[in-house]
Amino acid sequence: MGHFWAGVRARSHKVELQGIYIPHNKATAEMETSVMPLPNSIVLPMRQHVGAACLPQVKRKQHVDVGTLVGHVDARMTADIFSPVSGTVKEIRAIHYSDGRSDQAVVIVPDGEQTVDEAIRPPQVTDYPSLVEAVRHSGIVGLGGAGFPTWLKMDTDLSNIDCWLVNGAECEPYLCSDYREMVEHPDTIISGIATCLDLSGVGKSLICIEDNKPRAIETLRQAAAGDDRIDVFVLPARYPQGASRVILRNVTGRSVPRGGHLTDVGALLFNVTTMSQVGRFLQDGMPLTKRRITVMGDVVEHPQNLEVFIGTPIGEILDYCGLTEEPSKVIIGGPMMGVTQVGLESPIVRQNSGLLALGKAASQLPPTTACIKCDACVNSCPMHLTPIAIQKAYQHTDVKALDRLMADLCVECGTCSYVCPAKQPLAASVRLARSLLRSEQRKARKGN
Amino acid sequence: MNTKEHTPLLLLTAPQITSPVTTQVIMRNVLIALAPSVVAAILLFGVPAAALLLAAVVSCVGFEYLWCRIRKTPNTAWDLSAAVTGVLLAFNVPSTLPLYMVVIGSFVAIIINKELFGGIGRNIANPAISARIFLAVAFPVAMTTYAAPAMAPFADVVSSATPLASSAAPTSLVNLMLGTHAGVLGETSALAILAGGIYLLATRTITWHIPAAYVGTVCAMSLLTGRDPIAQVLSGGLLLGAFFMATDYTTTPTTNRGKLVFALGCGLITCLIRFWGNLNEGVAYSILFMNLLVPHIDALTPNTPVGGERRRQPADGEGR
Repeated sequence: MGHFWAGVRARSHKVELQGIYIPHNKATAEMETSVMPLPNSIVLPMRQHVGAACLPQVKRKQHVDVGTLVGHVDARMTADIFSPVSGTVKEIRAIHYSDGRSDQAVVIVPDGEQTVDEAIRPPQVTDYPSLVEAVRHSGIVGLGGAGFPTWLKMDTDLSNIDCWLVNGAECEPYLCSDYREMVEHPDTIISGIATCLDLSGVGKSLICIEDNKPRAIETLRQAAAGDDRIDVFVLPARYPQGASRVILRNVTGRSVPRGGHLTDVGALLFNVTTMSQVGRFLQDGMPLTKRRITVMGDVVEHPQNLEVFIGTPIGEILDYCGLTEEPSKVIIGGPMMGVTQVGLESPIVRQNSGLLALGKAASQLPPTTACIKCDACVNSCPMHLTPIAIQKAYQHTDVKALDRLMADLCVECGTCSYVCPAKQPLAASVRLARSLLRSEQRKARKGN
Repeated sequence: MNTKEHTPLLLLTAPQITSPVTTQVIMRNVLIALAPSVVAAILLFGVPAAALLLAAVVSCVGFEYLWCRIRKTPNTAWDLSAAVTGVLLAFNVPSTLPLYMVVIGSFVAIIINKELFGGIGRNIANPAISARIFLAVAFPVAMTTYAAPAMAPFADVVSSATPLASSAAPTSLVNLMLGTHAGVLGETSALAILAGGIYLLATRTITWHIPAAYVGTVCAMSLLTGRDPIAQVLSGGLLLGAFFMATDYTTTPTTNRGKLVFALGCGLITCLIRFWGNLNEGVAYSILFMNLLVPHIDALTPNTPVGGERRRQPADGEGR
């Protein structure tokens, strides 16, 4: 592997998948993280990750401390949920998401004491299995937005893994959460990565950062100077460099086969804040209870990078940051991949990195006109898909064509919709096409 | 918790932002790129050229507007695509053409070629090119009565041959660049067309694939058959076709590979017609012919998605 890694750094800028330019709008980039005071209530949905929903482990009127286990389920693909505050469980109720699904949620009223649960102590980590086991009880999931349980990603066959990639690209416009983590806490990032490398035996880690964040690049290069296993890989500041398969291709030249995962081609990829949380958890044993989000949007009076307790309702966050007018659209996440919210009582959960509130004018999207076959979607798709043909095949429910067009390889970055001059809802169509294709593939497999 | 009543929040699928480029912006870019040639045509051919351009643009936009009103479909007349068709149509006729003929051409371009196929984005053949071919068949004499450019040292309005006609005397390179030779409105000044082409490339309205492959093929064929490649490229409608008509989004293949194949075909057919055919000019026919092959080119030149390079492995694990 030696010669392979030697060439990597030189390739920093001539990446294969270029992406497109989208105005970055990272206005809060140089603002220190501020800490939001305790909210009036904490709403903890029992699914804040990819996988099985947790079951509430607390009862109504029960007292909880900071770090008390609130949600747990006996399943492999899940991640425990912990109370970020001390207080009393007010109720356990249903919570409805804007996509129509719903989950149980535990509502806690903080008592302001912030007493820490007695069970919290730094984990005993001696080898890789004990590290995975410790992270399993940390509540840490992919904090870049994916929400994949981190311990589960780590719990893989390491024999063919040669690179431990860390994603600090943060290619979404507006968002600065990962950037602040890199600038403010390089030490926990590096200690988290170093521990993982020590125990896993993986020989190399690259922190991938876009070139519009020179301070983060410099800070992490300095912090990693003492460890020659850890290096920084500079990506061009073009969307969507942070998509996992784009990073993999641009850094290692590998691509994930259809239906496969990064581990199939020898790579693991973690968000940079996730790694930092792992480092922090190994030091103090406090499970994931807080996170930083970027609050922005044209009706937000004081845009900022805000550290909030997980479960803080977005209405309280917007009240804290101030609103110049009533928002027409509230997005959790970034403008490209974020999800519009049905109401202000939804909470920030652990994988959310941004909160955008937009006024009337900024909320509307332009009307859709006829496709002029300009091929902008085809030429800008990072995965080299053909979005317009996929949309057409989906409209005809032509599953064979969707299979031929490999709609299942879509990474949902939204580039096709962004560039479309006719403003066709390409990303939404491809998303639907992908789920149609996947369900048909599942059916076909069951039939065999 | 904020308990006051709110108006319902908008729910939209991602992404929540979109680029400022719309169809109209693209068409405006094409019109800007056509502007140098418009100026050149009016300088060279005077008032008749201006009248033809005006008639073609007004009638194209008018036909589109009327169609949308009568059919009660969304009005697409102001997206400027009909205006582009109008300018290109006028560029494809000689300055002596009676105005009513160019209006007939507009009807063929917009109504028959575009709207009957479903409007913008749905037409199979390039509207301006099919209208040119229609006019050439319907009015063969009027379509080949070229006026000598006003600035050229020729006699007044005469039926003069284009530089590609076998009877024509050799035209100098300077004349070809400036356009001071006989021809249709937009095919004369190579310099003006190149300026517009560079603008289209710089604004990324088009990619290099089609113009480069088209012109390159004609150059190569000229060299192979012992003809002067520069004269072949600069005369006739080649540059206008390569930059403005063979790059029409709707009637060209999707992928860059497909575009190269398309342009190669255009170049080959142009040369076949020019060198060995019965016509002086082959650009329009070559583009029309290749337009019809686009679905097949598309089917044969798909992009390979990242991760789709290998065949799907059987019985792979479902999403974790």
